[in-house]
Amino acid sequence: MKFSEEFETRFKEMLGNYPTERSVLVPTLLYIQDEIGYLSDEAILEIAGRLALTELEVRNVISYYSMLTTKPRGKFNVQVCTNISCMVRGGEEILAHCAKKLGVGHKGTTQDGLFTLEEVECIGACSWAPAAQVNYDFHENLTPEKIDGVLDEYRKKATQ
Amino acid sequence: MAELVSHPDEVRIVSRRFGQGATEIDRYLELDGYKAVQKALGMGPDAIINEIKNSALRGRGGAGFSTGMKWSFVPKTSAKPKYVLCNGDESEPGTCKDRLIFEQDPHSVIEGVVIAGLAVGAESGYIYIRGEYRYLSIIMQKALRDAYARGFLGENIFGSGRKFDVYWHGGAGAYEVGEESALMESLEGKRGIPRIRPPFPAVVGLWGGPTVINNAETLANVPHIILGGADWYAKLGPAKNGGTRLFCLSGNIAKPGVYELPMGYNLKRMIYDVGGGIPGGRALKAVVPGGASCPCLTADEVDVSMDFDSVAKAGSMLGSGGVVVIDDAQCIVKFALRTMKFYRHESCGWCIPCREGTDWLEKTLIRFHSGGGMKKDIDNMQYLAENMLGRTFCPLGDAAAMPTIAFVKKFRKEFEDHLEGRPCRYEKEGATERLPVMAH
Repeated sequence: MKFSEEFETRFKEMLGNYPTERSVLVPTLLYIQDEIGYLSDEAILEIAGRLALTELEVRNVISYYSMLTTKPRGKFNVQVCTNISCMVRGGEEILAHCAKKLGVGHKGTTQDGLFTLEEVECIGACSWAPAAQVNYDFHENLTPEKIDGVLDEYRKKATQ
Repeated sequence: MAELVSHPDEVRIVSRRFGQGATEIDRYLELDGYKAVQKALGMGPDAIINEIKNSALRGRGGAGFSTGMKWSFVPKTSAKPKYVLCNGDESEPGTCKDRLIFEQDPHSVIEGVVIAGLAVGAESGYIYIRGEYRYLSIIMQKALRDAYARGFLGENIFGSGRKFDVYWHGGAGAYEVGEESALMESLEGKRGIPRIRPPFPAVVGLWGGPTVINNAETLANVPHIILGGADWYAKLGPAKNGGTRLFCLSGNIAKPGVYELPMGYNLKRMIYDVGGGIPGGRALKAVVPGGASCPCLTADEVDVSMDFDSVAKAGSMLGSGGVVVIDDAQCIVKFALRTMKFYRHESCGWCIPCREGTDWLEKTLIRFHSGGGMKKDIDNMQYLAENMLGRTFCPLGDAAAMPTIAFVKKFRKEFEDHLEGRPCRYEKEGATERLPVMAH
């Protein structure tokens, strides 16, 4: 399986950072996911082969970490926090608003494949609540109007 | 970039370079950067450890253990390499301070890691940053490259003839990994399941070598102590509680933000003066003083000094510095449910009291909040939570149980108000159905 040159450079560099090869596994899985959208069967076999692990050992790790997914999802993963600091400032309303606007529920993907909605645990934006992350970008001090604007921006970005 | 705030009562040590472009190495150097590590190179391990011990610096991750003591537990000689591991897996609900340190002053963490390494005789360190903080990993990776390029890291640091490497490592979403032994498992490329202790990481840690694990804020304090001296630092707070803390004010408060205040700052003043009080003409109902795992304090209990020992005496914990303010429009049953939902989701399932306990408590709380609670459930919840305490490999079980016990004990009436199908009186008017707490 072919990954980008950037990935290969990073992978090689990271292997040199640890006494055991396996240590690169968690961040590497996330980089692969960033590149191809999800952890496909092919990608799992590839990384298992490179690190001399079994497929099961890799899947065992994947299933533990909440950011890692073996299922394809939308181009933009809208992760709305509803944990305590966000909840008391309207995080659930933001989630409900997104669900209505996108027409999908938790972990649902829009038919055009643009958005996946996810209710997530604390993302470390408590003092700027309510907050969401779209892929890795933080959007904070949200209101329903503000998240509308955010989602519209991403939609525009995708069609440009 | 996260928004910065300020207040006249702040004492800026860890945050003194915030908003000043210190991510650039030249700017960091202008602001006394990398002076402490050069001083430490001339001090010798025992002198460094003594300085940190005398400064009364205690772990900022939550446990509040003496940093100098922790370092002193690392054996002087070891057949296996020793390591320093910086815990930047910040995931405790209510906590967003390490994020600012990495964003605004990444070199201070690197410097802290190197000084810790000099103190314990390690030659490499890892900075573990949670996966969601991708932009901070990019900032940290650049900071590391810049430090290598200047010869501050690598084979011969500052021309001293000593070797020290610092690497970045990234997570992929797991609260549990913030626990020190789970953190090491994760760094070794495994599921973040806690290890049985003893042996403690200081003796058998990463890849079997002695390992010092400190929170990012703890390590960011270290260079300032080395430069300013232990006496100066210790005197900033009450006895045995040196320095300042980054307090993350969040929830129903007028001016949320991350404020650096002296250890021992009064909580009431923090809420009403620094944080500007409760907005919307509402009254204070409760405060979670140190992140989701800490037992709440009621409005009558907030006249407390925010240092490790005083908050413990008040029946809670200073924890990770996440101060979550709850106003009287909030339902405590729902708040308890959301807290438990988090712990149920994050429990790794390795030990039964935590795996089953969090699930059982969540189910009971869901039933309660939807109006189907029974009177005996109130006592059952407390009994169940009390029986999780101290019966798990890692503190996640305690973290789930402790706030639950406090919610039930201190707000029993609110639980009783939900009995036998009575609607929750806190739900917004006009809401035709209760907001479901979604399962994931």
